[in-house]
Amino acid sequence: MSFFQMTSPVAARRMFLGQSGLVLSGAAVALLAGRDALAAKTGGATGNDVQILNTALAAELEAIAAYQAGAESKLLEKSVLDLALSFQGHHKAHADLLAKTVAKLGGHAVAAKASYGFPLEQLKSQADVLRFAAKLEQGAVSAYLGAVPLFGNRDLSKAAASILGDEAMHWAVLRQALGETPVPSAFMS
Amino acid sequence: MSSGRWLLAAAALAAAAHAWAVPDAVRGEQVYARCLACHALAVDRVGPRHCGLFGRLAGSVPGFTYSEAMKKSKIVWNDKTLDRFLAKPLAMVPGTAMTYDGVPDAAERADLIAYLKRANEAPPCSGRARE
Repeated sequence: MSFFQMTSPVAARRMFLGQSGLVLSGAAVALLAGRDALAAKTGGATGNDVQILNTALAAELEAIAAYQAGAESKLLEKSVLDLALSFQGHHKAHADLLAKTVAKLGGHAVAAKASYGFPLEQLKSQADVLRFAAKLEQGAVSAYLGAVPLFGNRDLSKAAASILGDEAMHWAVLRQALGETPVPSAFMS
Repeated sequence: MSSGRWLLAAAALAAAAHAWAVPDAVRGEQVYARCLACHALAVDRVGPRHCGLFGRLAGSVPGFTYSEAMKKSKIVWNDKTLDRFLAKPLAMVPGTAMTYDGVPDAAERADLIAYLKRANEAPPCSGRARE
């Protein structure tokens, strides 16, 4: 059954959780393909590519911390907590691969901040946490969309597009969980 | 349709086009959603805070780690410089950490700048000293 045919957010979450391993594997395969190409030929990459990867890495590290804050808020029911931790795992995988790619290109990967100043006092309910996460994911999709055309190395563009796809799914699932139209438009910007 | 009705229709269309062309902070807030992976109004994130943006020297928020390119840019943020930067950040400041291809639509940039201006006059920005 298609995700879009799900009659309730709970059913959609269950289906997504059941398939998330498959989705992550697909993204990982694409990223690994890009890294293999990089290992063979790094000539297409530029210093700018390292900066793009590091900016993306900084955002991924913040997303990991944001999901951790949501998970520790005690506002999430079990199924939603599982979903949040699943998405956090994706961001950890993105961050790990971005950091390794920065190193492979001779750069220094940025580190996570000690604290992020999240507006935790404004999170009073599960819906608040979901909405907070959804805004971050929407922004992440736009950020990757704005980064994809900038890479000198097209394998890196492919890898960034793979992450973009994953984070767009996060955004859609979070919107669905909030009772909103999961995919509000035909195009992202 | 009579010539009078054509004129009325043309005037209505012109009015609608003008209304769309006026920068709109509400539409700008929707554009700002694209920035939320890295920016916030009141706190520094991957990018610096936007409270206090107008009139601020680029690369000058205390405690925020900028690229060397941004620190040396000598840009002062206003409608004009923001419009140029948002259109193509890396073209205006090569080496900036804002590795984003930009907002190509001029009307969307105008809306975004209108939103940032409005946001700077309201909580959580209002009442803050320029930072």
